Amino acid sequence: MRKAAFLLLAGVVFGADEPAKIKLPTRRDDLARGEKLFGAYCALCHGTKGGGGRGPILATPKLKRAPDDAALVKVVEDGIQGTEMPGAWHMTPREIRQVSAFVRGLGRVPDKPVPGDIARGSQLYQAKGGCAACHTVQGKGGLMGPDLTSAGLRRSAAFLREAILNPEAELPDRFLQVRVVPHQGSPITGIRLGEDSFTIQVRDFSDNLHSFWKRDLKDIHKDHGRSPMPAYKDKFSDAELTDLVAYLASLREEK
Amino acid sequence: MRFILVLIPALVLAQIHVPYQRIRDAHKEPGNWLTYSGNYTGQRYSLLDQIHTGNVGRLRVAWVHQADELDAFETSPVVVDGVMFITEPPNLVKALSTRTGRTLWTYRKDIPKDLRLCCGKVNRGVAVLDDAVYYASLDAHLIALDARSGRLRWEVTMADYKTGHSSTGAPLAVKDKIITGMAGGEFGVRGFIDAYDAKTGKQAWRFWTIPAAGEPGNDTWQGNSWKTGSATTWVTGVYDPESNTLYWGTGNPGPDWNGDVRKGDNLYSDTLLALDPDTGQKKWHFQYTPHDEHDWDSTQTPILIDAVLQGQPRKIVALANRNGFYYALDRQTGRFVGGRPYIKQTWSSGLDEAGRPMRLPNTAPSVEGTLVWPSLGGGSNWYSSTYSPQTSLYYVNVKEKAGVYHKGEAEYKAGAFFNGGGQQEYKGEEGYGAVRALEPGSGALRWEHRLHSPSHAGLMSTAGGLVFGSNGSSFFAIDAKDGKPLWDFQAGGGIIANPITYMSEGKQYVVIAGGHALFVFGLD
Repeated sequence: MRKAAFLLLAGVVFGADEPAKIKLPTRRDDLARGEKLFGAYCALCHGTKGGGGRGPILATPKLKRAPDDAALVKVVEDGIQGTEMPGAWHMTPREIRQVSAFVRGLGRVPDKPVPGDIARGSQLYQAKGGCAACHTVQGKGGLMGPDLTSAGLRRSAAFLREAILNPEAELPDRFLQVRVVPHQGSPITGIRLGEDSFTIQVRDFSDNLHSFWKRDLKDIHKDHGRSPMPAYKDKFSDAELTDLVAYLASLREEK
Repeated sequence: MRFILVLIPALVLAQIHVPYQRIRDAHKEPGNWLTYSGNYTGQRYSLLDQIHTGNVGRLRVAWVHQADELDAFETSPVVVDGVMFITEPPNLVKALSTRTGRTLWTYRKDIPKDLRLCCGKVNRGVAVLDDAVYYASLDAHLIALDARSGRLRWEVTMADYKTGHSSTGAPLAVKDKIITGMAGGEFGVRGFIDAYDAKTGKQAWRFWTIPAAGEPGNDTWQGNSWKTGSATTWVTGVYDPESNTLYWGTGNPGPDWNGDVRKGDNLYSDTLLALDPDTGQKKWHFQYTPHDEHDWDSTQTPILIDAVLQGQPRKIVALANRNGFYYALDRQTGRFVGGRPYIKQTWSSGLDEAGRPMRLPNTAPSVEGTLVWPSLGGGSNWYSSTYSPQTSLYYVNVKEKAGVYHKGEAEYKAGAFFNGGGQQEYKGEEGYGAVRALEPGSGALRWEHRLHSPSHAGLMSTAGGLVFGSNGSSFFAIDAKDGKPLWDFQAGGGIIANPITYMSEGKQYVVIAGGHALFVFGLD
């Protein structure tokens, strides 16, 4: 088969079962198999333990798109149109149920609120942290870093905490800091927005947009693994950090 | 004035007549592009040289044709005497005026709602013979249209789409027959190549790409696994009139990533077949990837080359295979002449004297995932490589990329996916692409033109000393001698198609489908 570029776009609908008849497996070997399948196909976006990432957190008691098991199986089978969630065209119906059962298991965690004071966290975000200079929440803020409008949907509190303390531990998907040096004019440092064989697009640290022909550049330096975000290890007290994480975890608006 | 505008295309269309001899001698009329690869050799090389290394920088858009619907646009046009025939998503055939780009007629076939496809509503083109246009439609029907009007002449059902059969490739006209492959390799179909009488649509022969019980080769399949073994034929083959031999590649065995249920070499999957086009009888076969478990179809269009190897003339059939190896075979006997990896590959220690890959342990898909180079997309894929007799080089648009291969359950249910696993992106290393120029007898690398990302589009070479190709949404020309970049164009949408070239009113044009549009370029 040719696939490659269209693999995720296939959007194929399997013969759907009647919702009422869906019964997820409970046997240990089925769940173990579901875990392996999850690791193979889902963890890349949802995190190995469902902690979220490119895709939303699954280790939560309520899944918005999959309120019941039938809906969950359908999401796994068909994917979600208009999002990056592909259908599981490569799995048999049994495998789909196994992986769905494992996902349901991930959600069997206490629905306890993230500790900390959200209001205080919001103030820290705006003032002491200066986070809004680089991040957007509900359309307000800087453009350099990822949009945090739905940070609480996509990332666990533990992940958010680690990202503040050590931003370079795990960079956002496709995030790359670059420094381009034109034959004429000043060098530009910023975030790569796009690149192909002939051009590169950059947003500089003042949020200006640039697009260059590569033939006009002397050098393109790529800072793999680097982030312009400072580490906040020494800036916040532990209590402040808890409040800031509580605020970020409360940002749960679907984009 | 209006009267004249209507009459001109009518007059042009009245001239469409492409007997077999014209296709056989296509090199004598390079101003047309009479068949999928330009001529029967599969070289996708044009003798046109009006656009050359010295002026290609002046190439500009002459006209654009926008597709009716947004889906992948993979067409490789056929051009005959002022008319360009294209296929277009979702299931259309169109005739365009090469002078103005305006549509002359459209044929639309509705797609069944329950049609199942692995990879989008794609099609790669038509065949033209005499005064008819032939189209293998998505639902595995072969259709003959009047070249002047697009009206249906006949339609035959090659196979039932409900069992996962489909068609995406351009048919090939050979003598009085239309030869066509089929798709559906992810649905456990049994592959075939069909030939139909061009006038009547009556089936002339069928070659099953998997031998039935009792036939030679059936013992390369475990039990009844041959019945669902795929080996489809979804890219157009080539033809050698001198020896009257048809060469056609086959696809992956099914299920793709779980070989446990089909132990054996799985003939004739991932194979080059040499057939008699009159009878469909097999002359020889060469299997590139015995017992494939990575979905490395060998359906790419092979290239017939009259090469000089060690000072001796040698007729070879060459292919940079999706499995990462380049192969030159003797085209009379199918024997291995030479070959080597043309990209990074980690599944084989090399080819033995007969050209059979020596597989390394622990490279098969596993439940946890097995990291292997190349990725599912292969070192190259269905899109065209090209050979230039001017430089005596074979050019391939490569992908340097790894994949993590997973083994899963394989449960056959008619019409449902039958894969036995899947492949995930490998995040540890950024992939890239390149146009590589290889020596035809051995596959030895002469030079490369590096590209930012792994490409999924074809190449064409011309007597103007050029190689045209695509990367991402860019269409470009490089020097066929050394790969020096000479011209590029931003098409604004991913290019997954093969280029062609033609002449109209004394001027050479170059064509590529990109995004959801067909771009035609000429010198300013």
